[in-house]
Amino acid sequence: MKTKTIILAGAALFFAACSSTPEPEPVQAPVQTAPIPAPVQTAPTPAPVQNTSPVTGPIIQGPLPGSLDDFHFVSGGQGRVFFALDKHDLSSGARESLKRQAQWLQTYQGVTAVIEGNADERGTREYNLALAARRAESVKSFLVSLGVSPSRLTTVSYGKERPIDPRSNEEGWARNRNAHTNLMSGSIG
Amino acid sequence: MNLIRLIFLTFVLAMGTFNFAHAQLRIDITEGNLDPVPIAVVDFSSDRQDGQALGVEISEIIRADLERSGLFVSISPDKFQTTQTDLNYKPTFADWRVIKAEALLLGRVVIESPTRIRVEARLWDISSGEELAGIVFGTTPNQERRVAHKISDAIYEKLTGETGYFDSRIVFVSESGSKIEREKRLAIMDQDGANMMYLDTGRGMVLTPRFSPSSQRITYLSYESGKGHIYVYDIETGRRELLGNFPDMTFAPRFSPDGQSMILSLMRKGNSDLYAMDLSSRSTKRLTTSPAIDVSGSYSPDGEKIVFNSDRGGTPQLYVMNADGSSAKRISFGKGRYNSPVWSPRGDKIAFVKSRDGKFSIGVMNIDGSGERILAESYMYDVPTWSPNGRVIMFYQETRGEYGTSSLWSVDLTGRNLRKVSTPLGASDPAWSPLLP
Repeated sequence: MKTKTIILAGAALFFAACSSTPEPEPVQAPVQTAPIPAPVQTAPTPAPVQNTSPVTGPIIQGPLPGSLDDFHFVSGGQGRVFFALDKHDLSSGARESLKRQAQWLQTYQGVTAVIEGNADERGTREYNLALAARRAESVKSFLVSLGVSPSRLTTVSYGKERPIDPRSNEEGWARNRNAHTNLMSGSIG
Repeated sequence: MNLIRLIFLTFVLAMGTFNFAHAQLRIDITEGNLDPVPIAVVDFSSDRQDGQALGVEISEIIRADLERSGLFVSISPDKFQTTQTDLNYKPTFADWRVIKAEALLLGRVVIESPTRIRVEARLWDISSGEELAGIVFGTTPNQERRVAHKISDAIYEKLTGETGYFDSRIVFVSESGSKIEREKRLAIMDQDGANMMYLDTGRGMVLTPRFSPSSQRITYLSYESGKGHIYVYDIETGRRELLGNFPDMTFAPRFSPDGQSMILSLMRKGNSDLYAMDLSSRSTKRLTTSPAIDVSGSYSPDGEKIVFNSDRGGTPQLYVMNADGSSAKRISFGKGRYNSPVWSPRGDKIAFVKSRDGKFSIGVMNIDGSGERILAESYMYDVPTWSPNGRVIMFYQETRGEYGTSSLWSVDLTGRNLRKVSTPLGASDPAWSPLLP
């Protein structure tokens, strides 16, 4: 049920992103279902019970458009694209993900991003700083080639210093060879 | 930090020269010492109780220094046969021969005033009965560790013919926390792990500190600005300074041998090249222009050559070029990838990290790439640094797995005497200071 609404919301946003209207969908106003009946004094008042379902909260329908969650949802991979061992060129999967990142970034023009380059632990410290910088640059230049203004994108290389997976195996290393599009100013959520 | 300078008074003690005809005790360290020299270090005496405590402490530090070098075994004081340990009398050599001591150190502490001590020592060759060295240091009472290290250096120098490395320090990155949330702080300690303290480098991750070969300054990479830039830090004043005004990342810094300039890597559009920067004028000169990765520059001690790491040939390898950037030539041709080169302070060797078949090793080669020798191998070794005399290499190890931790290790140039260097927390990126003044 929840998955379905998220997908619908995502699809709606995706089409919104394709059109040229950069305006995000307005957030649905809180819904008041029924007036709460006035308290009636009948018996000794019981101890207060925490209200488990507040009636005034917004109804959540997938990530808030323009939010970080929305960006991750639309682009996939938590804003990360992954690289082969010792490589900094973009795989076709990475390109598809970056195309979606670019579309999203074109929709929300106020958002800037830092592209963080990362490497796995199977390299020396300084060489990995240089290698991870190349990865960040690959992502930046691809996003720029898709129309994202270079003034909105900066890069930083963390080398092997920011692993997201602590495992010392092929899977762990593969996840740690990435470039992360980290949204900065202008993000709504 | 205010380093109180030691006054080194070289004086020849009155009783000097016995039996010069005998062959002197001499340790050959070129091929590694398979047979450590048994040395007896007597607790330094004093005619005052506070002086005696200092004397015992100094002797213990000297024993530990000598043992750690791998060149000596320190004979346990409870084996000593003799009570004649007065500095000013000739030792009873027969008593020392019984316990197979080959060298003997006698010493005493003289408290001259509440702020002034004098430490004296004599080194004896037991088999020849010859006095090898008379050593005197004057200092303040809180400098006893440094006095001890200076005496260790004097013993090392007398017996090996080369300068020592005990009165020196290590700057490194102290690490705590899990692998994916590791906190890194710059720290400094004596070469033997004592007196560790943190250096205030402000916010942000710090990496790859390096000592100036000529002063108490260090340089390091910090993410304080968010991007990754090189800073210079004066250990005596605690002052730190962003080096240059680069919009792009600067990293992999290393001082020139005279301490007047720096070699560094500058990242531009994802490509790193080597630059030299004059530290007084702050002018930079670009040294490499290849579209490949050029990092980890390290000067020869005469300042005329630079060894560096480049993948211009497809994989990371070591290259040597002139200091002006001309005539780069590849020197590493073995199987595997070569990184992190560091030129020896003696000038004749280059330490490096080699990776092959999923292992990392610390090795040394001649400056033309010949004579490659692997000294130690592990899951992850990196960041070699030379002792000031070029006889020992320190580096760090990262162990495998989710709970992997980092630690410092040292090994002799010969590949012997691999030892863990004790630190309170995890530790990486060691950099050895020059001998202290």
